[in-house]
Amino acid sequence: MTARWKILLIGGLVIAVVAAAIYFPVLRRRVKLAAKLQQQSEEQARRELAQPIAINPGDPRVKAKLFWASDALDSTVAPAVVELPLSNDPVLRSKQVLNTLLAGPVDTELRTLPPDAVLLAFYLLPDGTGIADFSEALATSIPSGIASEQLAVDSIARTLEANVTQVQRVKILIHGQEVETLAGHLDLTGAFVVNTGPAPSPSKPASSAPTTAPGMLTPEKSPGKLAQPERKP
Amino acid sequence: MLLEVRNIVRIRVPIRTYFLFGMIAAILTGAAIVYSSQTAVQAPQSGPNTQSPATPPAGSPQSGPPEAATSPFSAQPQRSGLNIVVLDPAHGGVDTGARGTGGIRESEIVLELAVQVRRALELQGFQVVQTRQGNENPSFDDRSAAANAQRGAVFVTMHISSTGLPGTARVYVNSDLPPVADSNGLIPWEQAQAPFLGLSRKFGDLVQGQLTQRFKGSPDGAQTASVRQLRTTAAPAIAVEISSVAVENRAELDRMAPGIADAIARGAAAFKPSYVVASTPGAAP
Repeated sequence: MTARWKILLIGGLVIAVVAAAIYFPVLRRRVKLAAKLQQQSEEQARRELAQPIAINPGDPRVKAKLFWASDALDSTVAPAVVELPLSNDPVLRSKQVLNTLLAGPVDTELRTLPPDAVLLAFYLLPDGTGIADFSEALATSIPSGIASEQLAVDSIARTLEANVTQVQRVKILIHGQEVETLAGHLDLTGAFVVNTGPAPSPSKPASSAPTTAPGMLTPEKSPGKLAQPERKP
Repeated sequence: MLLEVRNIVRIRVPIRTYFLFGMIAAILTGAAIVYSSQTAVQAPQSGPNTQSPATPPAGSPQSGPPEAATSPFSAQPQRSGLNIVVLDPAHGGVDTGARGTGGIRESEIVLELAVQVRRALELQGFQVVQTRQGNENPSFDDRSAAANAQRGAVFVTMHISSTGLPGTARVYVNSDLPPVADSNGLIPWEQAQAPFLGLSRKFGDLVQGQLTQRFKGSPDGAQTASVRQLRTTAAPAIAVEISSVAVENRAELDRMAPGIADAIARGAAAFKPSYVVASTPGAAP
């Protein structure tokens, strides 16, 4: 091999390496951008499918109780009475009150849910379990923390409790999927108790106050050793 | 003639070899560049048993040596009764937790806070296990496993909120869980906290009482919430959340750290006589 060939070969290799170093980060950014655009278009399509529930003037006007934050710095909810025409159908009624809850109170400081969050769908199972499917903004725009996430769930559960007696418990989905936590803290793998009336017992963790007496330190019987964890992917 | 052929072969073979090696080198270099760029974006995801040295963040007033903490799975208590506290600085790695407008990151502050809490607990005679000692992000189950592997332990997960009255602190215990089905004598991992709810409530009230004495405006008793981290922990378990990352100056949070540490340590010491430790790690008392 002549010196000229060697120089040409080394030069070609250097150019290839430099080109790869420049091109690969650009390629990665493009792939990420394409994935994000696809996600946004799916979200937009779902929003279009989930038509907002129009308030039917023919529905009887009732005084609905909506639960927003009691104080800007407090972590409890308080009822606000709003007169609304609400459907007698429990699914439509649930959508109407949740959409009003998402719209927020007059004082925006008392919001419990992000303003850009959308209720995509609501289903009611025969056992009284309501499935509330929210857009991803509920998880991504809510202030992170145990207090703020519990406040959001409390406002949803208490509002349904006060206005839709058929809903016994509520399961929250994000973009049609079950997620482990709302924003890193609050457990969304189970359903939250809404109405404590006669209904089948929930099979998952609930958000009601503990029934165990504070002074009771020893359970009635010991369950023994800990089972193996079921790892989620 | 033969000599001429050999000369030709000798010339052609090195050209091909050089070209082949050159192509392989280019491919390997390209792959290395891609791999390094990917690893630079992704934070390390390691379990709680990773004993990477602690990285004391800049400005930490009391950053202790990392050797003081014990491996989550190595501590084996020799005494009966409560003697281990598992400290869980929440979040870490790519998960920064709550973020304030002033650049305050929950994951960094709780890691610094854990150093002070650990010292306060050790002064009370407790052995301390940390679920993470650096900028790692163990899974919820890995953090719970650090407590479930111990005998005679309590679990404290530490958080900074985004909201709430600044300068206050709240203790949370897990909400009610369905009764544990024990047909085969095992506690389901997904409901490991169920048998400990009463103990957690007792422990939480004691710590909250200490916090309320130091931070006015804090609640009088522990509150309930469906905290994911607590549900799979088979030990008396509480979450301590401090308000908040919304403060203008992080020095406000730093000033709270000694009081938080002292309150947790005194709360654990007050809880110690109440806790009857099970004979098996992870078992109910």
